[in-house]
Amino acid sequence: MSFMPYVAPEQMMKDRSEYAHKGIARGRSVIGLEYGDGLLFIAENPSATLHKISEIYDHIAFAGVGKYSEFEDLRIAGIRLADLRGFSYGREDVKARDLANAYSQALSNIFTQQMKPYEVEILVGEVDGDASGTAIYHILFDGSVTDEHEFVAIGGHADDLMESLRGRFTAGWDLATAVKTAVEVLGSPESRTIEADAIEAGVLDRTRSHRRKFRRLEEPEIAGLLAG
Amino acid sequence: MTDHILPLSGASFGANPSFVDLLRDARPEALAHLHQTVTAEAAAGVAHGTTVLGLIYADGVLVAGDRRATAGYTIADETMRKVFSADDYSAIAIAGAAGMAVEMVRLFQLELEHYEKLTGDRLSLEGKANRLAQLIRQNFPLAMQGLVVVPLFGGFDERRDAGRLFYYDATGGRWEEDDYQATGSGSQPAKNSLKKRWREGLTRREAIEVAVEALLDASEDDVATGGPSVHRRIFPLALAVTASGADEVPEAEVEAAVDAILEVRG
Repeated sequence: MSFMPYVAPEQMMKDRSEYAHKGIARGRSVIGLEYGDGLLFIAENPSATLHKISEIYDHIAFAGVGKYSEFEDLRIAGIRLADLRGFSYGREDVKARDLANAYSQALSNIFTQQMKPYEVEILVGEVDGDASGTAIYHILFDGSVTDEHEFVAIGGHADDLMESLRGRFTAGWDLATAVKTAVEVLGSPESRTIEADAIEAGVLDRTRSHRRKFRRLEEPEIAGLLAG
Repeated sequence: MTDHILPLSGASFGANPSFVDLLRDARPEALAHLHQTVTAEAAAGVAHGTTVLGLIYADGVLVAGDRRATAGYTIADETMRKVFSADDYSAIAIAGAAGMAVEMVRLFQLELEHYEKLTGDRLSLEGKANRLAQLIRQNFPLAMQGLVVVPLFGGFDERRDAGRLFYYDATGGRWEEDDYQATGSGSQPAKNSLKKRWREGLTRREAIEVAVEALLDASEDDVATGGPSVHRRIFPLALAVTASGADEVPEAEVEAAVDAILEVRG
């Protein structure tokens, strides 16, 4: 018979939290912020193909930091959930809040029941109707979920970035100002200038005539916005 | 929400990007109808869509359809939509059992979108055409009972920089056409008409006229195909798929084509 040493639940949760925190702190950050036409997700990401930011559904986007394989797993599960719900009911019945709840449940189960917690933090953003319909949900590795407003930063330097955003954020920015400011903020903790080819960005643009409001900003566009 | 999609399946190797497969796993009841038996009587009372066609022209491919749905000798609907964009660069037109057909279009649209979101890439045009063949094949048991769905699929092949057109039979057989094709009850007169007027390198305006005239010819010979009606403002629907995407042809352009043809015919 194997012998399991006793570990107090408090200690176990604390160890797991520390473990997950460490994993996330090693990675780069993602900023989500509201701008005049919707919601911008932006990150430093040297890879052009391994995305941190992506489309989930017509008006819902996703961003993840931490361990790639784990937030990719979450992204795929989210798309599946959204597409199934949209097919079974109607497209407008797919809501970011439900998705955030599902993520929260799943992460909470993993945190308490699996060998190792996920080392991830994710954002689920939504635009709907006018500016008042914009929502950002921030979900942690342990399943705790918060409803953010105006701007949020997750990942390695989240605290520094939040501090920096707090001093600069202005509601109603145009896209160029939002991108430019966010890139400056991303580079600020280490006083670096991040080049356009190392930036990944996607927007949920509520003014877009297409049903799918998510649009990935490609490198030339980002370079243009930064130069303008 | 669905709990067997989340929590996650860390054990799987490579996510399956097929929405249809996902649906079969997660909501088998959504596809259960494919295995049911329908009586001939019931099948005869089901609304059917009739003539759709596609043709290659200078900028890409045009797919078009009339607006009538019939159930036996009854006109079920005069404004049915049989032409849809499948994704940003392809279009699908369907003839056959209306309920199955519309559901198949919905599934096909989602199949393409789901793949695109999961993998970050659009399927190749070849891949899309093959996937559609598989969806039709699944419908085969119902097709044998009279609930046939036969689509046309047109898309812009970004790798070849050209429009391409595919047609299918009820078994999921798939063929590519280099010029034009029509399917549905009025397809024979439509094809005769297309044969006379189609030539290589048609302009957009010409392509719309050729398509509309073929549908008009079909409606004159086939009771199940609806003709254009200027008074009731019922016009064929057409989608043009080019390098800049799949877009519905504005009604004004279709109307102009109808007017031009009626003027010649007097």
